[in-house]
Amino acid sequence: MPEAQDKGAAGSKTKNASPGKNKSRHDFVEGDRYAPAPENSEHVVLKESYDLYIGGEWLRAPKRTETRNPATGEVLAEVGEAGPGMVKKAVAAARTAYEQTWSTMPGRERGKYLFRLARLIQERSREFAVVETMDGGKPIRESRDIDLPLVAAHFFYYAGWADKLDYAFPGRTAHSIGVIGQVIPWNFPLLMAAWKLAPALACGNTVVLKPAETTPLTALKLAELIEEAGFPPGVVNVLTGGEKTGRHLVRHPDIDKVAFTGSTEVGKMIQRDLAGTGRRYTLELGGKAANIIFDDAPVNQAVEGIVNGIFFNQGHVCCAGSRLFVQEGIADTVVRKLKRRMDNLVLGDPLDKNTDVGAINSQEQLDRIKVLVDSGKEEGAKCWQSGQKLPRKGLWFKPTIFTECAQSHQIVQKEIFGPVLAIQTFRTPEEAVEKANNTPYGLSGGVWTDKGSKIFKITSQIRAGVLWANTFNKFDPASPFGGYKESGLGREGGLQGLAPYLDLR
Amino acid sequence: MLSTIDQVGVEERARRFQTRSIKSESKLSALKLAVTMLDVTTLEGKDSPGKVKQLCAKAKRPLPEDPSIGPAAAICVYPRLVRVAKEAVGQSGVKVASVATGFPSGQSRLKERLSEIRYAVGAGADEIDMVISRGKLLHGAFRSIFDEIVRCKEACGGAHLKVILETGELQTYDTIRIASEIAMAAGADFIKTSTGKIQPAATLPVTLVMLEAIQDYHDRTGRMVGMKPAGGISDAKTAIHYLVMLKETLGKEWLTSRWFRFGASSLTNDLLMQIRKQQTGRYQSADYFTKD
Repeated sequence: MPEAQDKGAAGSKTKNASPGKNKSRHDFVEGDRYAPAPENSEHVVLKESYDLYIGGEWLRAPKRTETRNPATGEVLAEVGEAGPGMVKKAVAAARTAYEQTWSTMPGRERGKYLFRLARLIQERSREFAVVETMDGGKPIRESRDIDLPLVAAHFFYYAGWADKLDYAFPGRTAHSIGVIGQVIPWNFPLLMAAWKLAPALACGNTVVLKPAETTPLTALKLAELIEEAGFPPGVVNVLTGGEKTGRHLVRHPDIDKVAFTGSTEVGKMIQRDLAGTGRRYTLELGGKAANIIFDDAPVNQAVEGIVNGIFFNQGHVCCAGSRLFVQEGIADTVVRKLKRRMDNLVLGDPLDKNTDVGAINSQEQLDRIKVLVDSGKEEGAKCWQSGQKLPRKGLWFKPTIFTECAQSHQIVQKEIFGPVLAIQTFRTPEEAVEKANNTPYGLSGGVWTDKGSKIFKITSQIRAGVLWANTFNKFDPASPFGGYKESGLGREGGLQGLAPYLDLR
Repeated sequence: MLSTIDQVGVEERARRFQTRSIKSESKLSALKLAVTMLDVTTLEGKDSPGKVKQLCAKAKRPLPEDPSIGPAAAICVYPRLVRVAKEAVGQSGVKVASVATGFPSGQSRLKERLSEIRYAVGAGADEIDMVISRGKLLHGAFRSIFDEIVRCKEACGGAHLKVILETGELQTYDTIRIASEIAMAAGADFIKTSTGKIQPAATLPVTLVMLEAIQDYHDRTGRMVGMKPAGGISDAKTAIHYLVMLKETLGKEWLTSRWFRFGASSLTNDLLMQIRKQQTGRYQSADYFTKD
């Protein structure tokens, strides 16, 4: 059985198993899981050490940190930590590139670079997906089927706008802004880089990008691809580092605009830092989305939507459907079906093609999830966790739901950013809307009902930037994304995503 | 409570099962399981006793050199050939299923449809695959459909009743769901997608809608109902997708020929070919597999 022999434990077990007797754990009927089906990672080229990408060159930062695979704990590579000097250098390189080449280049020429980059990403998407999964812990199914296709789609989409900016906002003329400082999070490292870079570059701006501390690798590999695509030096600069690096970048006086995706806490700090400076900013912050299931909803699909809403990317999603509101009459049915579905999720090696739930991104995040889950138990909500066994090594958290939640519980109020769902019931649409809106956040929401008129009525009352009807967590480059209230300001994606990167006169 | 179906959602869910990667030991055990779930079928005007006998031999021992493979669950024929099939399968444990009730259109009087069932059961059929009156269902005559199935079930006596919805003619998932509910409430032992005479026949989303109906019915009543997708499942890979969907929807209890069947004529040989590939590491020529 050559197929069984090529990899590890599965192969040796298969050889010893005599059919009919002693069925092993990978037997289709009796086994507790499918045989391992790991995505091949041998083709992935990772350097031992990465430098900073500044002005088209790779510069070595004296201070070094390591980035680890959260599923195994193994060190993947060493990266630099950019200090104030390197930030200064990068901003200066971006300024030079802005003034000498990028802003004066015709839009159709800029578009060509972006199209080329998009095609290169498509060609190399398998490799990028594997690295994304190794560095961040998300299942390969997601990085392969969701992240990478969307990354390429974003570059293709905004490449198309590069030569049409004069027609994008009728009656106004579009001008580029200058040097953009972009700070991105660890939950969708490459996708967030794409969301930030594509519109900024299409509009004629140059960029200094700082990926998150725990997930720098795909951004660095993207810099290699940008180099390969022949972008003029300095148009894109990538600085790795932690919070301090981010702060130096955001506070640098020669940055014309800051684009940030991350926590509301840091978002507020950025707002304070930039107040009165005249520099622009857009913020994509936290969320605590309400997913509302009415009793006339397609229940089985709604359950799937709940799962996709909260367990997608281990719940490390700012627009995750982390609060569930179920109409009382179907609450028992929905919870029963949800539990059954959760027990079917495959949790484990993120590189396994069958994995549904991967690893938690960092120890810090895992601790935060645990604290909030404990608070839920302590405050009186009822906790239920699915039955998967957790791997011994690495960072993991079981898919978790809380029933009997009260609006006042911390698990209902605070963003957990993990695979934890708080369930409440409601009786009338008014009650659902009132509770859904009773949060400082307003990023996204979902409504499930078979009745079209109800969809429009309810979604128009929910104060959130993105609303899904009978689905959840769907993204498209042509569709704007962004928050109300403390979930942020400005929009990314679509025509609306161009405006923050343009000076419209 | 009758749940509605969201078309986009159910199709998306069905696609997810296709992304499962079933390898090595899991694959081999799934392939072997699929062979035991086959309703080896011949439903043609040119069917003859000779043809049926050949198929019975195949159903009893699909892979002659390896007796651990199979046997298939049943042989599925027209009523006139039930007696031949019954004799050919003998004590092998392979069941004899017969289509009845004016298959495939169901456009004959109830009296004749019932007498066809009685004739097939009298000839020794263990299972009856009936068709419903799709015209009536689409017209909204649900009660009448229910009554007909109840009558057919009575006519079956001890034989198992599989109710064919002919989903390709019902078209919408909501209608398929309604038909599934009616059939189960009326006493169906199995619900089955298609006759194989209408396109599209079985698809993953349609089967998922029916599996979910079975699950909801089981939650409500505690009674298990079997599922038989039929038509259009011609390769082992697709069959495995169906089994993954079955396992992850209804669970382990349904992973037996008692509760799940494949209605197929050309699937058998691809399953056997894949089993040999798993066992030997090489694909064999199609000439090594019998065409029956």
